[in-house]
Amino acid sequence: MRIELQRRDAPSRRMSLLSPLIALALTMLTGCIIFLVLGVDPIAGIYAFFVEPLTETWSLHELAIKAAPLILIAIGLSICFRSSNWNIGAEGQFITGAIAGSAIPILMPEASGAWVLPAMLVLGMLGGAAWAAIPAFCKTRFNANEILTSLMLVYVAQLFLDWLVRGPWRNPEGFNFPESRTFSAGQILPEILDSGRTHYGAVFAVVLAVILWLSLTKTVKGFEIRVIGQARRAGAFAGFDANRLTIFAFLLSGALAGLAGISEVSGAIQQLRPSISPGYGFTAIIVAFLGRLNPLGIIVAGTVLALTYLGSEAAQIMLGISDKIGRVFQGLLLFYVLSCDTLIHYRIRFAAIDRRPSKEIA
Amino acid sequence: MGRVLPTGQEDQELLLSTRGLTKTFGDLVANDALDLDIRKGEIHALLGENGAGKSTLVKMLYGSLQPDSGSIIWRGKETSIANPAAARHLGIGMVFQHFSLFEALTVADNILISTDNPVSRQRIAQDAERLAQSYGLPLNTRSYVGDLSVGERQRVEIVRCLLQNPQLIILDEPTSVLTPQEAEGLFETLLRLRAEGCSVLYISHRLDEVKALCDRATVLRHGKMIGECDPAEETAASLAAMMVGAQVEKVERDHDGALEAAGEVLLELSDAGLEPESPFAVRLRNLVLQVRSGEIVGIAGVAGNGQSELFRLISGEVSAPHDQIKIRGKQAGGLGVNGRRRLGAAFVPEERLGHGAVPDMTLSENLLLSRHASDRVAFQRFGPLGVVWKSMLTEAMTRICDAMDVRKSTADPAASALSGGNLQKFIVGRELDRQPSILVVNQPTWGVDAGAAQHIRKALVDLAKSGSAILMISQDLDEIFEIADRILVIDDGSLREAGAASKVTREEVGMLMGGATAGMRTSTPSSEENHAH
Repeated sequence: MRIELQRRDAPSRRMSLLSPLIALALTMLTGCIIFLVLGVDPIAGIYAFFVEPLTETWSLHELAIKAAPLILIAIGLSICFRSSNWNIGAEGQFITGAIAGSAIPILMPEASGAWVLPAMLVLGMLGGAAWAAIPAFCKTRFNANEILTSLMLVYVAQLFLDWLVRGPWRNPEGFNFPESRTFSAGQILPEILDSGRTHYGAVFAVVLAVILWLSLTKTVKGFEIRVIGQARRAGAFAGFDANRLTIFAFLLSGALAGLAGISEVSGAIQQLRPSISPGYGFTAIIVAFLGRLNPLGIIVAGTVLALTYLGSEAAQIMLGISDKIGRVFQGLLLFYVLSCDTLIHYRIRFAAIDRRPSKEIA
Repeated sequence: MGRVLPTGQEDQELLLSTRGLTKTFGDLVANDALDLDIRKGEIHALLGENGAGKSTLVKMLYGSLQPDSGSIIWRGKETSIANPAAARHLGIGMVFQHFSLFEALTVADNILISTDNPVSRQRIAQDAERLAQSYGLPLNTRSYVGDLSVGERQRVEIVRCLLQNPQLIILDEPTSVLTPQEAEGLFETLLRLRAEGCSVLYISHRLDEVKALCDRATVLRHGKMIGECDPAEETAASLAAMMVGAQVEKVERDHDGALEAAGEVLLELSDAGLEPESPFAVRLRNLVLQVRSGEIVGIAGVAGNGQSELFRLISGEVSAPHDQIKIRGKQAGGLGVNGRRRLGAAFVPEERLGHGAVPDMTLSENLLLSRHASDRVAFQRFGPLGVVWKSMLTEAMTRICDAMDVRKSTADPAASALSGGNLQKFIVGRELDRQPSILVVNQPTWGVDAGAAQHIRKALVDLAKSGSAILMISQDLDEIFEIADRILVIDDGSLREAGAASKVTREEVGMLMGGATAGMRTSTPSSEENHAH
């Protein structure tokens, strides 16, 4: 017996829809095995991880709060990835966006009025975009690999934030804790519903996802992004400038990551701390691929990945296992999604080694 | 070239035959119960339009595809060929149309990579050079493939194939990239192989060549075997008729009329040049060229002498000093592709998939590819939002497909789903639909079947008649002589005027194509052969 991959004549539409579901099922199956090895009842484990968080109002709000930054970052990344620009540094752009947007409440704590929040959001987007501009510039100017440059800038941003909240931006009334001052009422992104903490970040995420989906599928700019991602030389023939698109894609995804950063800080945390992200920028890479690089699919995928954050907290509390299990599930999911995507272009064929070739194709 | 009778004509033993060989892809029957017979020591031609099923058949013989039913009989015994390694083991070798060589490696390393048995590099280099010499194919195994001409690369492929001691060699379109002189060299090698009892399966679009070289021919049409014939007893026209199932008409061109009515200069290069962008690119130097209204200027040349660079320069994919290129009298060197399109120029690149069209995009999206800027009003809505006007695109796509007789299986298929000929008709039609005043086309009928090629050539001639200027870069001399009014030759990045198509001969153009090195290349085989004896 031999297992072969046979190229399909055309990419399978059915598989491109099924592949994320198969990946999810395989992730759960592997999860069961991990739970067994850890000595936990797998059914209880899967229930605590994937189902329980969906049963209560407050946890649904937490889900929306965690999904919003994932979706915002991932839709930006989908534009990058579709045009073959490998921005791995959204985590850093998230942080610089948060820092830039927080400049107003921290440096001008008395600032109030209708202009404050919009200004914070705009500054956040500019901060994220500026950070993303560095790898874009290095790629177009020096042909530097954007995977490395954007990734390394994440650590620079993290350390810069760390320095800020321990140093110049430390709360003067904060008993020397490494935290900024807390934002005042007019500097906090308001909640949407009375029932819970979900703030306007979730609205930004869904609205922007729909707008990006429309641009990607209906406009010439979206066409340009798809053409350059699929066939660079055809893009040159169409008169599209690949370098300009690289800059555009990085600035856009940086701005969206920055918006996610300032929304998270202003809406959920309400101050700057040494760590403001549980790896949203990296998890969003998984979200982008799980959502098929399609902004509408990313809304769903972002919600699923948000669940792994809640699930790992629940698993820690209820089953007493490390919350790192969430990262394991995220990694498994990405691994299976990428593997299952093979099935879109190939079909699996079981072949005996010495059978007659004419009978091989059933 | 004279036709040499095969040695051992009385020996009619079959080397390879297929019985009822069938392969289907979905609904398409690519090969329908084929009975092919190849005798020992013959050069057997496989003829057919693109999409007739030649490559499918050859891939099954070489083991890279498996038949659905039917059998392959090798030297009297039914066999199954599981993969190319099994084919090589049996004694079947193949030289592909598109070379599978690594440019940044040496010849010896390229050969080493493909050998099934582990041997030392030195040993393989020695074997290769000895073999190459004995067949009059001079080869330096230490050269980097990137530095070799296309003809030399083909030699590497052939030598690599011969090192496996094959009894059957399959050659896919071997001469499409060679000068007439290089092709002659190849023919001598093939005749020599035949004399040694080796069989050759020869796939070609060039019917004259098949007539001169091949002992027998099998003709395929739409996956079925139409018949076997002796090409020497057929005319090129009768062979073509068998292939397409109808008489193919030659495009008539009134050369002198066009020259007399020479209109205003629409495209002009004045001392243009281009620095190489990569180590394997060609430097263009001192290009001077004028293309007038109503004329077709043909640029002949061996592949890799700057054709693609010239196309990039004229199309605006790379920019030039503003005054070096003029389109309809306006300086255009600094303009990009779309700026030049807005001045009335249109372009058809050599590579269909990946350059002229995005493979996985539909035809209507590919229509947008070259015309989103020049026909902004027609295909975009809502001003600055730039929303694609889908219904207008579909309408134009249908109009183009009707005008060019593009055959497609669904209303708006992906570009990669079309056969080469149909996609090329679409890509040319996409530009003709704009009624461009200047059309620059690189290899208009490369790898396209006879019927589609005639259709495209006729469309070019009609466009010229309507007053447009056409610059046609082509490696196919027949094509150039068929429709061009004036011929230039590109050699090592320089253009040389050959003269009016009605005045110069093929030999004169061939000499210019070979450039200064042509003399050297043709003289080496004999001297090295003498040396070996």
